[in-house]
Amino acid sequence: MKLHSILFGEMADSRITETETAEVPDFFSDLILDQIIDAITADKQEYHLKPFFYTPLHDINLIRYRYEVMQDLADRNLFDCIKAFTSKMSCMREQLVQADKLHYKYQKESWFLAAVEVYCEAVGCLVHDLSLVELKSRGFLAFRDYITEYYQSQIFTALLTETKQSKTDLSLVQYCMLIQDNCIQVRKYAAETDYSAAVEKTFEKFRQGAGKNYQIQFSDYPEMNHVEEQILDFVAKLYPEIFSRFDNYCIVHDNYLDETLKIFDREIQFYIAYLEFIERFEQNGLKFCYPQVSSTGKEVCAYESFDLALANKLIGEKVRVVCNDFYLKGNERIFVVSGPNQGGKTTFARTFGQLHYLAGIGCPVPGRKAQLFLFDKLFTHFEKAENIKNLRGKLQDDLVRIYDILNQATADSIIIMNEIFTSTTLKDAGFLGKQIMKRIVQLDALCVCVTFIDELTACSENIVSLVSTVVPENPALRTYKIVRKSAGGRLYAVSLAEKYRLTYECLKERIQ
Amino acid sequence: MKAFLMYRDSDFDMQQKLPANEQALIQDLALDTLFAAMARGDKLLFEVAKKAVLTGLTNPDGIVYRQRILQDCLQNASIIREIYAILAESIEGRKKYYYSFFSKYPAAILHQAIEQLELFFDTLKKMRTIADQYADHFVSEGFTVFFAMLRRELDDEYLSRIEEYLKELTFRDGVLISAELGKGNKGSNYVLRKNSEEGKHGWRQRFFGMKTPVYVVHIHARDESGARALAELRDRGINLVADVLARSTDHIRSFFTILRTELAFYIGCMNLQEQLVNMGAPISFPLPLNLGEPGHSFQGLYDVCLALSLKQRIVGNKGKPDNKKLVIITGANQGGKSTFLRSIGLAQLMLQCGMFVPAEALSASVCSGLFTHYKREEDAAMNSGKLDEELSRMSDIADHITANSLILFNESFAATNEREGAEIARQIVSALMEKQIKIFFVTHQYEFAHGFYEKKSEDIIFLRAERQNDGERTFKIVEGEPLQTSYGEDLYNKIFGTA
Repeated sequence: MKLHSILFGEMADSRITETETAEVPDFFSDLILDQIIDAITADKQEYHLKPFFYTPLHDINLIRYRYEVMQDLADRNLFDCIKAFTSKMSCMREQLVQADKLHYKYQKESWFLAAVEVYCEAVGCLVHDLSLVELKSRGFLAFRDYITEYYQSQIFTALLTETKQSKTDLSLVQYCMLIQDNCIQVRKYAAETDYSAAVEKTFEKFRQGAGKNYQIQFSDYPEMNHVEEQILDFVAKLYPEIFSRFDNYCIVHDNYLDETLKIFDREIQFYIAYLEFIERFEQNGLKFCYPQVSSTGKEVCAYESFDLALANKLIGEKVRVVCNDFYLKGNERIFVVSGPNQGGKTTFARTFGQLHYLAGIGCPVPGRKAQLFLFDKLFTHFEKAENIKNLRGKLQDDLVRIYDILNQATADSIIIMNEIFTSTTLKDAGFLGKQIMKRIVQLDALCVCVTFIDELTACSENIVSLVSTVVPENPALRTYKIVRKSAGGRLYAVSLAEKYRLTYECLKERIQ
Repeated sequence: MKAFLMYRDSDFDMQQKLPANEQALIQDLALDTLFAAMARGDKLLFEVAKKAVLTGLTNPDGIVYRQRILQDCLQNASIIREIYAILAESIEGRKKYYYSFFSKYPAAILHQAIEQLELFFDTLKKMRTIADQYADHFVSEGFTVFFAMLRRELDDEYLSRIEEYLKELTFRDGVLISAELGKGNKGSNYVLRKNSEEGKHGWRQRFFGMKTPVYVVHIHARDESGARALAELRDRGINLVADVLARSTDHIRSFFTILRTELAFYIGCMNLQEQLVNMGAPISFPLPLNLGEPGHSFQGLYDVCLALSLKQRIVGNKGKPDNKKLVIITGANQGGKSTFLRSIGLAQLMLQCGMFVPAEALSASVCSGLFTHYKREEDAAMNSGKLDEELSRMSDIADHITANSLILFNESFAATNEREGAEIARQIVSALMEKQIKIFFVTHQYEFAHGFYEKKSEDIIFLRAERQNDGERTFKIVEGEPLQTSYGEDLYNKIFGTA
């Protein structure tokens, strides 16, 4: 059977070293992608998913491969059955961990059996479930072929049959204990009647609802004490065939877990984690889409897009999220964003970066519709508060960082700058800004530049001016809408009132 | 087992919600006076009276069911009070055990449950005896069914079975438990098995007489952890039966509690009846009519709360508003308008909860809700004006009121100039009438009252607090068109003594 990866398709062989060593990209904290990835992977620590999210693919074919898988998973049936599979696998691992911790033989074996049982069930269910859904992605089609073949293989069918047998055997064991003074007599159960049930029936007539439960929850730690072990030893003597068959089963199937399924179980979590994360946004009316990704055309656009990190916070606070549209057409390459502070400029810059990064790892992006560019490298230049030692140091530091960026950037790179040169005079900043812009224009890279320097908007036809807007009647209210418009604009205020609805007409409407 | 003394087919629920306008009703109708008279200082009686009065019934059938039971109670007062006392003693007696019920060990729980059950067993026997002795003194459907149920469910065979359990559950012959293999092959599904009928040593005989092998685990006297393990195993075995028994005692207690609660209502009525009889005030069982059915009439209707406060019989009113939708009451200050309005509301509540009413005779259709909108004292802390406050309260009422409700207005919407107030009141009253809501409106606003008078509508009746020509009040409410004066001059003269 061919090795197969749901995350890397045919590239599976070459990926291992590349992904597992990936470090957090530099721009992650500027774009708040670190928090986003933290949130996405928070409930999935055991799978160690972050490397997958740290590694852009730079391969349109592989991005589409992942989109196909994602789109298949949009089918709730498929998603649920995959979830069911992985939760069983996780349950299986827990049983094995438990088996490992115990020392008493019959206990270890029982936990091992439980693990294998869950595994068999997981495989069986998944094969069955996959046969019922319509799959389109290359990834899932290949995986279905693989697991179906495995399911029918001799190795698996033998495992399944013997597991069931052991389970049935053990379920037939029933015994009785008579406890008196400091003795426990152990023997087989002989169909004596249930005393509690008889008592319950007698008092049935007084029953008033469910009532308080007086059953004591005994702590069910997995270990046995020496009395329980002695009892179980005797029980094993009462049922000798069953217990010797069971011993044998555990030895034969020691190495039961299939390696490809083990890898699938981890890799599929990448998709699950992301889809589960965005579900919350979709429930709040925000949209996600599979963007058109191109490595040649730089005409990018997105509609109803938003900053994932900010939206994540606002939804928690039950505040409405403002979406924004953007597009670059023809020779347009650079957004220069100006306007009042706290108006959503930085958010917009981050949104642009997040969209491109997420598309680059094969994830759907925030927005109703989008076309994005497959960049080679992404650079951010955000103010670094911890670097402020003195004014000259800061300006110098800014310039050095930008110099480095411009040296590394290519025509296929994306550069995002936020409030550059705030640590010098307006005149200086204007001059420096223009120089930098000129170089980015020459480079032909995609860029977003947030600035308070209005004149940067006008220095090239490749630059589009965006402005964050306010409510026309009340300039104190931000709309968080970023629109294509040249810088400038002033406005007014409004007010409201209420009444009791107790007029004849109103009352007639109100009373049922 | 159910008492069913408040409803034919369900328990009286002390947790049920009171109507949203509970506070307004209590304040406007002086209900605390009524509850206190029913309670005679007993907290439970007070609470039950309050619940029952404020959550009356809307089906005449259910009301008559209670009326009959109450009549039985009044006939057999001493028996009812005796049952009530037995229940109270039994329920209170449990309290000293209650604390230890939180024990962590099934053995302890079982022990407590047995002790508790022994106590309840006594009470059950007493109840049986009373049922045997007095059942034929009662004629109401409720009590007939109740006593028959006691005699049927608590027959001798049943009582002796309980007695037997009380002995067996001490487990002098050891505890027999069956088990299966659960998670990790640990014992699970421990089930306590029934003691054999072969006599005291039956267990051992059966055990060793069997063909299958028997193995014995001995716990050494100095093996403390072994002893603990054994005790825990035993506890697992009796866990379920301890639970069943403890729960059963809860259920029996709950049965007693519900029975006591239901009787508490009737005890409250009995208390009230005694006081009214002592002051010579008349009471009668009213005739409840269906929702919306005409036939409202009363004779000798008085404000029971005023009578209780004054500790004397007071003047009653008669009237026959029958199928009127709007009753407007005008007339002299201090002429008994508010008292009359309150007597209408009180009688309605008492009728709907199945009590007698403070009147020589009364018939009224049930209403789907009773609402009061009274003028309130100015509240210093309030930001909104007085009219605002009145409208806000009216708006709350509008959120809850439905067709076939009854609403009592007392000098409402007068907190502004008369013309505006009258217009607001007119609009509100007109809308309510169209929605089939019955209205009693006490007002000094001539503009408002007169406006309706001119309509000459069949749906409206005008009543007036009577004033004799010499200015003397009779505290009687009689039919009459609204007058332009409320005789404020009389009051002025009385106080300033210039008459």
